[in-house]
Amino acid sequence: MPTRSDVERVLLPVGTAALAVLVWALAVRFSHTNVFPSPLRVLLGLKELLGKGVLGHYVGDSLRRVATGYFLALVIGIPAGLALGWHPALASAFNPVIQMARPISPLAWMPLAILWFGVSEAAPGFLIFLGAFFPIVVSAMNGVKSVPAMYLQAGRNFGLSTPRLLARVVFPAALPQILVGLRIALGIAWIVVVAAEMIAVDSGLGYLIIDSRNAGKRYDLVVAGMLLIGVIGLALDMVARRFEKLRTVRWGFQGESA
Amino acid sequence: MTAPAPSKVSVQGVSMRFQTDGSPIEVLTSIDLDVADGEFVCILGPSGCGKSTLLNILGGFLKATSGQVLIDGQPVTGPDPRRIFVFQERGVFPWLTVEGNVAFGLFRLRPTEKAERIAHYVKLVGLSGFENAYPQELSGGMKQRLEVARALAVNPDVLFLDEPFGALDSITRLVMRSELLRIRRAEKKTILFVTHDIDESVQLADRVVVMSTRPATIRRIVDIDMTHPRDLSAPRYNELRDLLLGEIGLAHKI
Repeated sequence: MPTRSDVERVLLPVGTAALAVLVWALAVRFSHTNVFPSPLRVLLGLKELLGKGVLGHYVGDSLRRVATGYFLALVIGIPAGLALGWHPALASAFNPVIQMARPISPLAWMPLAILWFGVSEAAPGFLIFLGAFFPIVVSAMNGVKSVPAMYLQAGRNFGLSTPRLLARVVFPAALPQILVGLRIALGIAWIVVVAAEMIAVDSGLGYLIIDSRNAGKRYDLVVAGMLLIGVIGLALDMVARRFEKLRTVRWGFQGESA
Repeated sequence: MTAPAPSKVSVQGVSMRFQTDGSPIEVLTSIDLDVADGEFVCILGPSGCGKSTLLNILGGFLKATSGQVLIDGQPVTGPDPRRIFVFQERGVFPWLTVEGNVAFGLFRLRPTEKAERIAHYVKLVGLSGFENAYPQELSGGMKQRLEVARALAVNPDVLFLDEPFGALDSITRLVMRSELLRIRRAEKKTILFVTHDIDESVQLADRVVVMSTRPATIRRIVDIDMTHPRDLSAPRYNELRDLLLGEIGLAHKI
């Protein structure tokens, strides 16, 4: 027997999505548009892309670019954030620069990225790195700053050296906040890759969208690409959220809705 | 110098001033106190009187403005695993299991010895069966036992307890007091225990150090001349309780 929570968890979102598709289909039908595709045409467009064998290749390229830029941001951002959070002087020195650079959209860096890296894989990689780096470094820094003094005191009391204290107390205590930053950064990376692919490269889901429009105004393929981007973005977020359920970090997410 | 019994902890003329916005706040004024090896001393005083500050100085986490603290004749210059500070229940590490918390200070031991220690102290504080539980799955009293186990596991000579049962409900608090006394019989440690609870001090301590309001001085040191287990309805218990109440009450009137 379905419980109330089953209804809310499955039936409500699925029903709402189905309703949205229905409204979409009706809107296309009754507006007699020749440009905007119906859900069915989008589905056929997806099938066409699959038939041509480019879809897997495009998705793969986009994911690979995200993985590269994101991994770089993680490898540099977490130690940098830990260092900034741990040394107040470092934070004083760098925080203004970080806070100034952070609101600049990675896309604004596009001309410079192309200037520096040319039309290459490195250009979107750089933009993704920029987009992911700031939320990671800021969350790691704030995570360290908000470690309760009591934990540090306890760690010192048991005779931990500073490197041990960082590894065994500061990092695990900051980890929940770092994971939140990592999840936000992943979402941003996925947004940035699509935009970057519209300009700097000739493959990937962003390229699919801009190419479908430029070469024949195939709006069915444009919308198909958009839907794919949304679905993959959702999947990435679900993966990132799974890490927040791990038992060693779950304490940091108490009181948040599941 | 003629010292009849060598003191484990010796507080000598300790004063503490905090600098806030230019105006210094005097928190402790020339505190002198000697604690014998194996003694259980309660530091009793009204909230905000500076008794936690004193304990933090003893633990090596704060440096006194003047005066010094000697432990085993050596001046305290910083925290030391031979003297463990126990906080309220929030001091346990939430990212570690019960076992992980007890093992926290045992990183210098060989694996077999470490496993024995963990098993021993988990059992001693009555957390057997919860080895793999995380602190958020434990009750407040269990978290407090866990913190005591983590402290005892490194075999310190001195325990500093800073209102350790303050966040617990009154029934759990009573249980925890008798648990602490039971553990103390098993593991003879010198204990300095800060509390604002008069009953708690009479139930637990060999001696109660009564502090005044800020700037804190020692008003009086009261010997609790009752053997354990203590009868909470004995006339002597009530006498001592009233005596301490009087001291604290007078402190409030100043």
